[in-house]
Amino acid sequence: MTTKKHYWNEYQKEIADDKYFYERSCIRQTFFPGSETAFLRILKEELGKDILDVENQHTCTGIGFYSDIVPLETTMTIVARLFSLMTEAGYENYVPSCVTSFGVFSEIVDLWEHQPDMLEKARKILFETTGRTFELPKNIAHPSDIIYKFREELKEKMRYRLVNRFTGRPLKVVEHIGCHYAKIFPDKGVGKAEFPHVLAGMIESWGGEVVDYPERRHCCGFGFRQYVVRANRGYSVANSKKKFESMQPYEPDFIVTNCPGCTMFMDKWQYTIAEMEHKTYDKKGYGIPVLTYEEMAGLLLGYDPWELGLQLHQVQSERLLDKLGIHYDPNEKYKSVSGRILPNPEKPQYLRV
Amino acid sequence: MKEREKPVHGDDNPKPREVKRRLKSTKRISRRKRLEFEEVELPLQVAIIGGGVAGMEAASVLTEHRCPVILFEARPELGVNVKNKYKIFPDFSDAGRLVETMTKAMDHPLITVNKDTEIVEIIREPDAYTLLDNKGVPHTVPAVLLASGYEPFDAKRKEELGFGIYEGVINSLQLEDMLREHKVLNSLGEDPRRIVFLQCVGSRDEKVGNHYCSKICCITAVKQAIEVKRQLPDTEVYVFYMDLRLWGQGYEELYREAQEQYSVRFVRGRISEAASTFDGRVQIKSEDTLLGQPLKMVTDLLVLMIGMEASPGTQKLGKTCGLEGPYGFVRSKSPHLEDNLSDKPGFFLAGTCKRPMHIAEAVNDGRAAALEIIKYLRK
Amino acid sequence: MADFGFSISKPQSIDTNDMDVGRLQALEAKVPSFKRCINCGACTATCSAGQFGGFNIRRIHNLYRWDQRKGLEKELQQCMLCGKCTLVCPRGVNLRYLIIRLRKALADNK
Repeated sequence: MTTKKHYWNEYQKEIADDKYFYERSCIRQTFFPGSETAFLRILKEELGKDILDVENQHTCTGIGFYSDIVPLETTMTIVARLFSLMTEAGYENYVPSCVTSFGVFSEIVDLWEHQPDMLEKARKILFETTGRTFELPKNIAHPSDIIYKFREELKEKMRYRLVNRFTGRPLKVVEHIGCHYAKIFPDKGVGKAEFPHVLAGMIESWGGEVVDYPERRHCCGFGFRQYVVRANRGYSVANSKKKFESMQPYEPDFIVTNCPGCTMFMDKWQYTIAEMEHKTYDKKGYGIPVLTYEEMAGLLLGYDPWELGLQLHQVQSERLLDKLGIHYDPNEKYKSVSGRILPNPEKPQYLRV
Repeated sequence: MKEREKPVHGDDNPKPREVKRRLKSTKRISRRKRLEFEEVELPLQVAIIGGGVAGMEAASVLTEHRCPVILFEARPELGVNVKNKYKIFPDFSDAGRLVETMTKAMDHPLITVNKDTEIVEIIREPDAYTLLDNKGVPHTVPAVLLASGYEPFDAKRKEELGFGIYEGVINSLQLEDMLREHKVLNSLGEDPRRIVFLQCVGSRDEKVGNHYCSKICCITAVKQAIEVKRQLPDTEVYVFYMDLRLWGQGYEELYREAQEQYSVRFVRGRISEAASTFDGRVQIKSEDTLLGQPLKMVTDLLVLMIGMEASPGTQKLGKTCGLEGPYGFVRSKSPHLEDNLSDKPGFFLAGTCKRPMHIAEAVNDGRAAALEIIKYLRK
Repeated sequence: MADFGFSISKPQSIDTNDMDVGRLQALEAKVPSFKRCINCGACTATCSAGQFGGFNIRRIHNLYRWDQRKGLEKELQQCMLCGKCTLVCPRGVNLRYLIIRLRKALADNK
């Protein structure tokens, strides 16, 4: 079936040009720590942008907030404090690394627009407890928005394309958008909620082909208390499984997402499903690699795969690197920052690595 | 609507004083020769904005009463909305032939048809209206009939349904074309194994700003489902609906026939998402709300039953004339006894510029409006 | 196998792509009036078995429409074949006969 892809990007959101205040994600720094470093490097070195990464920042409470264990007032105050850090540093464009943080900020700002008394309350609590004040950001954009905005500029600097060097054909890429990117506020997402163009735009610009599979728009199943509580995880993983089964016939080369939860679970659940049901979703039993958009961009820009942290994913990426024609040193894979060779991790029983 | 004391006018148009004089003379004629009046040509011209079935029927009736008409149609053809259909419910008569009959009647010495002519401004004069067309020509007339009609809903606005993205997702008008050609084919050019209709696309949907029911889609889907089964007896046909509103004469019977004779299957539930499958078909998600269970289905064609919205002309003229009603349709003086009247004397309304109507309703409404106009001009 | 402490949930939705339409068509051939059902629920409302045993004939035949046959045979045993459902049906569906044919179809198609 022919898809008319040009239709998806009709809606463009406002994305600031420069002078960004960066807010880190809790889980991204643990599960794919190279991504945020890569993002800062891309913005500073490749695009020459001013992006501030301050050290006295903290969680946005997203996971706790959406699991109903952090009350609204707490989240509001936390958001207010993060904004005060931005205001104090003289910045106006807020860039939260995590899609759920992006959702939290968009939601709180929307709440304050509709209920100014809540904004006043947040200002009061923040001032009484910390002596800080804040301004609302002029622009809130997700880092994937910024990479999307400058995708053509980045393309000029890229050493590789999303093309299979053995066949010369575009790589088939599954893109997956975090729910909190555009489902809460469709206007806040490039291409809106049903067919966000933010990752598809990068893939297409950089030579790849977007896989449009039936369950493309289905949630990855990450949820919040759904995976926090062990007894609920069967439900969480079933959603990812539904997606894998649906994308499998297209034989995707990799998955790229813009949400920490999606990246983590679409990666790690492949291990779970393989170990529980002996099922993998590629022909050779390795699973489908799952990358963040920063890792994808970093690889194409020629950054070292191990510095990007690809070895920290569950599904290993050597086969993808080979297809891209990217050189890597297997001996460097498990090397610490100080240069020490670390022991190899334990291998799963069924999922090949 | 602009109002002015001293109007601008073209050479061929009567000055307001002239209009008034003619109006007075009409009164004299009508008083003196009441019986022969029907035979006497009214020296006045009525402007009809919109050459759909309502406008054309009104023009026919006005000429039967010897009243000259100037008809404006923004598009290059008359009766396009009806002409775009193949057969019409409930009797499967030919839409094209209906329009042809009506269009032929427009070839009349008392009717001037201006196609490709849009009215861009309406100025209210004392006892008259001046209409400015897109070529800059003013037309001053004592009475105006607004019959600027509807426009089919653009299903692209329901992005989750994939119209304009997936070849297998079509709207009900595209299906009419396929039925006319006897070529109901899936996106691969094969006979479809399954066709799914979805009701209420653009109607009864807050997300597109339309709370109203377009009221013709239920019966249209029933009609189209039967036509599909007549052309392709082996194709499975499903109709997904929120409520079935088969209110007109013969509609319920047609529904029953669709079930009984043609095995059309009706499922209560709204389709929330359409996506393409690996083999080029369309996967849909819905709930069978009568069972309370979600379901998944793959179909060759998903037909979106698009509703009726006020046409751009209706929306624009409604606004400039201060007659804007709900959802961009125009507002009549009263929905019961004065439905062809607006709150402006001499300014009349007919057809789907007011609300969704089926063809016969729009035709009747055009006829009723013409009689109101005659009544007004004779006064 | 590693013990994860949970298992992967099974899909709850009806996958119509797995259904055999032939089974429904065979039933409709035996009871043509069945096609006319409009799901008004008069049958279930009047059903004696429905008042006490949770028996819902409308739900049963709707499940059968999607070829969801699990548990239906047992459930249908609750019907006492009094025929009241047939009496009240506004679309003239011969429900009593439908139940008999359904029982037979389910028994034959295990």
